[in-house]
Amino acid sequence: MQKQIEKTERSQTSTTSSSEAKKHYWKTNLKYLGILLSIWFVTSFGAGILFKDTLNKITMGGFKLGFWFAQQGSIYIFCVLIIIYIFLMNRLDKSHHLED
Amino acid sequence: MDVQTWTYIIVGFTFLIYIGIAVWSRAGSTKEFYVAGGGVSPLANGMATAADWMSAASFISMAGLISFMGYDGGVYLMGWTGGYVLLALLLAPYLRKFGKFTVPDFIGDRYYSQKARTIAVFAALIVSFTYVAGQMRGVGVVFSRFLEVDINTGVIIGMALVFIYAVMGGMKGITYTQVAQYCILIFAFMVPAIFISIQLTNNPIPQLGFGDTLTGSDTYLLDKLDQLSFELGFNQYTEGQKSMIDVFCITAALMLGTAGLPHVIVRFFTVPRVKDARSSAGYALAFIAILYTTAPAIAAFARVNLIETVSNKEYASMPEWFQKWETTGLIAFEDKNQDGKIQYLADANANELTIDRDIIVLANPEIAQLPNWVIALVAAGALAAALSTAAGLLLVISASVSHDLLKKQWMPDISEKGELLAARISSAFAVIVAGYFGINPPGFVAAVVALAFGLAAASFFPAIILGIFYKKMNKEGAIAGMITGLGSMILYILRYKFQLFGATTPSEWWFGISPEGFGTIAMLINVVTALVIVQFTAPPPKDVVEMVESIRYPKGASKEVLEH
Repeated sequence: MQKQIEKTERSQTSTTSSSEAKKHYWKTNLKYLGILLSIWFVTSFGAGILFKDTLNKITMGGFKLGFWFAQQGSIYIFCVLIIIYIFLMNRLDKSHHLED
Repeated sequence: MDVQTWTYIIVGFTFLIYIGIAVWSRAGSTKEFYVAGGGVSPLANGMATAADWMSAASFISMAGLISFMGYDGGVYLMGWTGGYVLLALLLAPYLRKFGKFTVPDFIGDRYYSQKARTIAVFAALIVSFTYVAGQMRGVGVVFSRFLEVDINTGVIIGMALVFIYAVMGGMKGITYTQVAQYCILIFAFMVPAIFISIQLTNNPIPQLGFGDTLTGSDTYLLDKLDQLSFELGFNQYTEGQKSMIDVFCITAALMLGTAGLPHVIVRFFTVPRVKDARSSAGYALAFIAILYTTAPAIAAFARVNLIETVSNKEYASMPEWFQKWETTGLIAFEDKNQDGKIQYLADANANELTIDRDIIVLANPEIAQLPNWVIALVAAGALAAALSTAAGLLLVISASVSHDLLKKQWMPDISEKGELLAARISSAFAVIVAGYFGINPPGFVAAVVALAFGLAAASFFPAIILGIFYKKMNKEGAIAGMITGLGSMILYILRYKFQLFGATTPSEWWFGISPEGFGTIAMLINVVTALVIVQFTAPPPKDVVEMVESIRYPKGASKEVLEH
């Protein structure tokens, strides 16, 4: 285990990215996608559609919450998700020396 | 100054800008023609993508649609923005690394098959032609309403303009005109929205005014609207009336379709690096979100304004805009009970007022009594939205013909100069076909928009995603998937939208899913077919697997651009 971690670290710091580092890069990428797309699904399809009747019982200013998610909130969250994705991927590219 | 003079000045000025940009950015090579040389900055590309994406439908029709649909209008809002998350996370970076010119390019290379390429070209052409006809019609309609010229003259003026900058400048010309068009259309959309928000709720930010109390009272705007709708017999504004499964499927189909539309995808081939493809998707969504979060606010404001102005009021006391829009046929009053008052009700037998949904944006400034220059600005904005989308689509059509068919299949030896000339000729030809459809619109234009999204969702989206994320996906699986996906989508639309195989009613829809939402099911059919077929056929060759491996890592994308 210890050895493996060392190996990954070494491959990450070396300038020629080895296949090990690439595998790690891709795995991390898929992990990010999984998390971000779950949030994407929960806020739009979940809050805006499937659970809107329950959420509509809560109000925020003049908005019923389910209605707000469907017509406003989901869009803001989409923007935030892409911004987070850009940040995470740029960091990942750098740590694996795969940036252009 | 009157509205017409203002319109001539503002529209004329914007047209001069577009032509100026066209002259400045003539394309000198196929690379410049197809992908603007690949050196566009992410910010400019984000704006261009936003203008490319937001069509006459987004600008003119969407707020109106929402105004009459209430909660259900959320399908457009979520569907047409949520697709960008998929685009940014699942497609743009990898397609940028792949780094060719068109979507059929990717399909053809990834599935090592000319057949796959041809199917992709076919799908790209149907999707784009369907779309572009609507845009040209939009240009004609705006001209005829604001400048009082014939619709056909309007279409021809629009054609001439697009011809100049799309044929001369290709993607390079289109990109920079789209940047200008974005600025014009967003300004034109926001100014009336802000004015009206202040009038109604005293809040200058429409997104917040939407959830605020009405000026001079404690009642929330949306509560007032629910109550008004209820009194007139309509569904409550914040409830809607579509079934949950249908709302779910339409939203998903629009998202998947958005992420699969070729004219949007190609925009990500124009930036230098993978990193730039990601950030331009972010900019694009942010620019789009400005309009898309304002539209539902406009929808609610306009609905309140409209009901309060017309409901149960004397016909003789209607303001000037009412008569003006009556002459265009967008609003019609029939005094059924002869009491001289307007009864606007949900019950079709007692209702005396028919309102075209487009009036919400087009007449909104007049309904709210805004100054004449704002009305003229809306005309310029609507034209910018229609022209920018039309140009993007025309480019896809011309690249499909000159690059995917001529260069890649029929005449592989064609010279660079020859291909550029072919690209110009085919885009000129596409402008003429689009103009023809704009002048003689097929009756089904509105109906086929659903088809365009459904088709993109059922064909491109799964083929591209599987191509990137599933190395073992082979040509047999992808081709079978695209054919079954496209086929089931087309059959469903023909049966339930065009009633081609005998009359049908919504109660016969599969699982209660409308043709607009069926793209989601067709996409699933595509994926399942592809995944089954791939188990029984030969794996893809080694060089293709290596290609898939290489597009997963961003390094080297800009170098490949230089070597192209």
